[in-house]
Amino acid sequence: MEKILEVKDLELSFHTFAGEVKAIRGVNFDLLKGETLAIVGESGSGKSVTTKSIMRLLPEHSSEFKNGQILFNGKDLTKLTDREMQKIRGKDISMIFQDPMTSLNPTMPIGKQIMEPILKHRNVSKSVAHKEAVDLLRLVGMPKPEARMKQYPHQFSGGQRQRIVIAIALACNPQVLIADEPTTALDVTIQAQILELMKDLQKKINTSIIFITHDLGVVANVADRVAVMYGGKIVEIGTVDEIFYNPQHPYTWGLLSSMPSLDTAEEKLYAIPGTPPDLLSPPKGDAFALRSDYAMKIDLEEVPPFFKVSDTHYAATWLLHPDAPQVDPPLAIRERMKKYPGSRYYEGTEGGTY
Amino acid sequence: MSLDIKKIPAESFERVQIDSSHAERITKPSLSFWQDAWLRIRKNKAAIASIFILLFIIIMAFVGPMVSPHDAETQTITHANLPPKVPGLEKLGIFDGVGTLAGKEVDLYEMKKVDTYYWFGTDGLGRDMFSRAWEGTQISLLIAFVAAVIDMVIGVAYGGISGYYGGRTDDIMQRIVEILYGIPTLVIVILMLLVMEPGVIAIVIAITLTGWIGMSRIVRGQVLKFKNQEFVLASRTLGAGNGRIISKHILPNILGVIIINTMFTIPTAIFFEAFLSFIGLGLQAPDASLGTLINDGYKVIRFQPHILLYPSIILSLLMIAFNLLGDGLRDAFDPKMKD
Amino acid sequence: MTKYMIRRIVYMFITLFLIASATFFLMKALPGSPISSAPKLSPSQLAMVEAKYGLDEPVPVQYAKYMLNLAKGDLGNSFQFKNASVTELIMNRLGPSVLIGTQGLILGVAIGILLGMIAALRQNTVWDYGSTLIAIIGISIPSFVFATLLQYWLAVEWGLFPVGLWKDGWMSSILPSVALAMGPLATASRFIRTEMIEVLSSDYITLAKSKGASGFEIAFKHAFRNALIPLVTVLGPLAAGLVTGSLVIEQIFAIPGIGEQFVKAITSNDFSIIMGTTLFYSVLLIVIIFVVDVLYGIIDPRIRLSGGSK
Repeated sequence: MEKILEVKDLELSFHTFAGEVKAIRGVNFDLLKGETLAIVGESGSGKSVTTKSIMRLLPEHSSEFKNGQILFNGKDLTKLTDREMQKIRGKDISMIFQDPMTSLNPTMPIGKQIMEPILKHRNVSKSVAHKEAVDLLRLVGMPKPEARMKQYPHQFSGGQRQRIVIAIALACNPQVLIADEPTTALDVTIQAQILELMKDLQKKINTSIIFITHDLGVVANVADRVAVMYGGKIVEIGTVDEIFYNPQHPYTWGLLSSMPSLDTAEEKLYAIPGTPPDLLSPPKGDAFALRSDYAMKIDLEEVPPFFKVSDTHYAATWLLHPDAPQVDPPLAIRERMKKYPGSRYYEGTEGGTY
Repeated sequence: MSLDIKKIPAESFERVQIDSSHAERITKPSLSFWQDAWLRIRKNKAAIASIFILLFIIIMAFVGPMVSPHDAETQTITHANLPPKVPGLEKLGIFDGVGTLAGKEVDLYEMKKVDTYYWFGTDGLGRDMFSRAWEGTQISLLIAFVAAVIDMVIGVAYGGISGYYGGRTDDIMQRIVEILYGIPTLVIVILMLLVMEPGVIAIVIAITLTGWIGMSRIVRGQVLKFKNQEFVLASRTLGAGNGRIISKHILPNILGVIIINTMFTIPTAIFFEAFLSFIGLGLQAPDASLGTLINDGYKVIRFQPHILLYPSIILSLLMIAFNLLGDGLRDAFDPKMKD
Repeated sequence: MTKYMIRRIVYMFITLFLIASATFFLMKALPGSPISSAPKLSPSQLAMVEAKYGLDEPVPVQYAKYMLNLAKGDLGNSFQFKNASVTELIMNRLGPSVLIGTQGLILGVAIGILLGMIAALRQNTVWDYGSTLIAIIGISIPSFVFATLLQYWLAVEWGLFPVGLWKDGWMSSILPSVALAMGPLATASRFIRTEMIEVLSSDYITLAKSKGASGFEIAFKHAFRNALIPLVTVLGPLAAGLVTGSLVIEQIFAIPGIGEQFVKAITSNDFSIIMGTTLFYSVLLIVIIFVVDVLYGIIDPRIRLSGGSK
């Protein structure tokens, strides 16, 4: 499949009054045409920063690209001028934000806000833009779109506002849509509606989606592939099934174990001990080692490279080194692995692949 | 993605036990509210400079009249209208006692046979402007501080009661404030000064009569905000009484706002005093504040600009320093500015 | 919204009634009357004059009459200016005061907005520090000191503008207007700076950026309006500041305006002018605050459409 976006060795720092925060420390991933890539991780893992840096939305005076490339259709986005970047934002790459309550301009009618990218990026008249905006509102499932064009954001509910934000993002049929926790601020029932809508729209306009979330339930629902981020790095990347049923990195194990499910109802919910690393002075070696039950001497000394698990599945943990001792993942993970054909715990009898 | 697998010595794969308390270690030193605010204000050069300027002016207001060889009240008619003359600086061609008389530059000290120094010059009655300026500063500061403290006490009490007890109490108290708030400060101040005997007390009363309203509104808003927050509710469920909740939970949280607001009340009071004195409603002679001195100086600005100059500079410096300090404190206390 | 406006109007009248009553009784409480200080009147003449001004009637009757006249817009007669109507005296002097007041307000707010915008868009640069410095000076240096300096240098020393006296038409209004403008300028620029910085860091600005809007579009199409709307709320205090400032500035530039007349009346104990002008100022400021509140409701769609009561 065609790669639409390639992030290579991306390193980015923030200059704060406490010092240099190394928010992204060498991130690599590709985005394929038409797929949904989920980036998961806890707060501060760098997932939002990564996507904001793709859009170049980080404050210019305090953030700095230290290394790496972001190739979009062969163009390195980190090297573009502001003006060139403006031509890409909203047209080729667009974004949906976490909090729909604050992401719309309160003093501008929503119709005008939807028409803005259309008028900006496509050479069309106002009346055409207006018509398209109405169509977009209809597309995202807004009842009576014509009448609502002139209304202001506060006249809509949270779910409706997120639909409007999605309409804005889709106004120019972008090739890449970045959704930064688009359902976190919404009620659970509305969450499902918005997720359905996004899956629907993806089929209709064939866009690629980067979906940022910390909610693994959402990931299972929407993603084709998953990248797990920790401490400013991707620690494991693979297809949804690979990550959910054959995880290799201890952090992914921890994440999956801390996800409540009906099966684990009677057990105590697992919590990863400790706190995320301080990126002002990132730890040597594997950043997760300090919180891991599986830490080895080398984890504290050297950064693990990516080890290949399958053609689509890579994980950065020394446990995958051929010389490393075999360890057993936590029970809940072994249970998951039993259902996955490629894993060493596969029992193969019941259910097959999920 | 790097796939070349290099050989690694086997002992590297030994399991290590990580003390998980190690990971819980908090890397950022924890700072109290005040330490944090102090660290912030220390970074604000303008605020620090303001603190020094204010300290200097306050010290001078008390020490100034003492170090001057002349006192503020003695009228030496033969020494009237002398320009400033400072030992040492006179050799540089400034502050050398030279002034214009009938369009000509002459050394007025020589002409009037004055062999002493008046650092800020003298006024039309031959009084030492240096002593007068600092004594005026004393009065202005006194009025401002007293007014600010009264505003603070009344405002905090009124706003606090109104916000904390809420309900009917709040309703009635706020209706009263709403009406009072509509009355322009200027109007009430002028009316009060017409009725009362002019003097420091009258000015303080006039300024504080409506001055507390701003503070009370801010305090009420803050109290309303905090009293329903989880930590207060939690404390209440644990059986804390009103006294404990107010002193341990609400007051510490709104202290910053109170301090900031007081910082801005002081220059307002200084200004109002000067303003009232300038239009003739303030202190009456022989009492002098910065405002009356400026008023006196204004009348003779074309001939004796030095009489206006020094009180104006002191007044402006005071105002600038208090405003900058207030700004700095606001930035330091404002949790929104935290990174 | 209607309910809110009715409530506001009721409060407005209560406030005015209180001010009028307070003014009346405070004046009554003053020691001596302006007439008794006139030495040349014999007791019989004095009684005649008192009768003429209704000063011989019982206080409650005087109060009732005063209030009734007020309702008709009659502020009584001046003791000083040969029985001239106070309402007329004020109206005659309205022109210069209104001219320098509005000029000062417009000039100050316009430049203030500009400075505030520059400071916010060029945060932590020389531009920002420069405009902050101007604002701090504008807030800190009392208008009468500033006016004196302007007068001394620009008019007396360099002769660029008339010194005062309102004899040179519009030219005479320039320096007083500039002196008055400093307060609004400082307030507006700091206010706009803070608002702009807050607005610029809001989510909807990030969204606007993610649409591909340019820096200019973001500043003016999205941020400016949102930062400007709250500025309306400080117009009330600004107007109060202008009135305060006009008292001294009219004095300094010898402008025949209301403020100058007021200060003169204070020094000569002309109670009816003091009372009249006090009430006039009160009405002016209270009405301005009311209009501003209503205006805010109209221009902010959030308040406009939610029919907001707060």
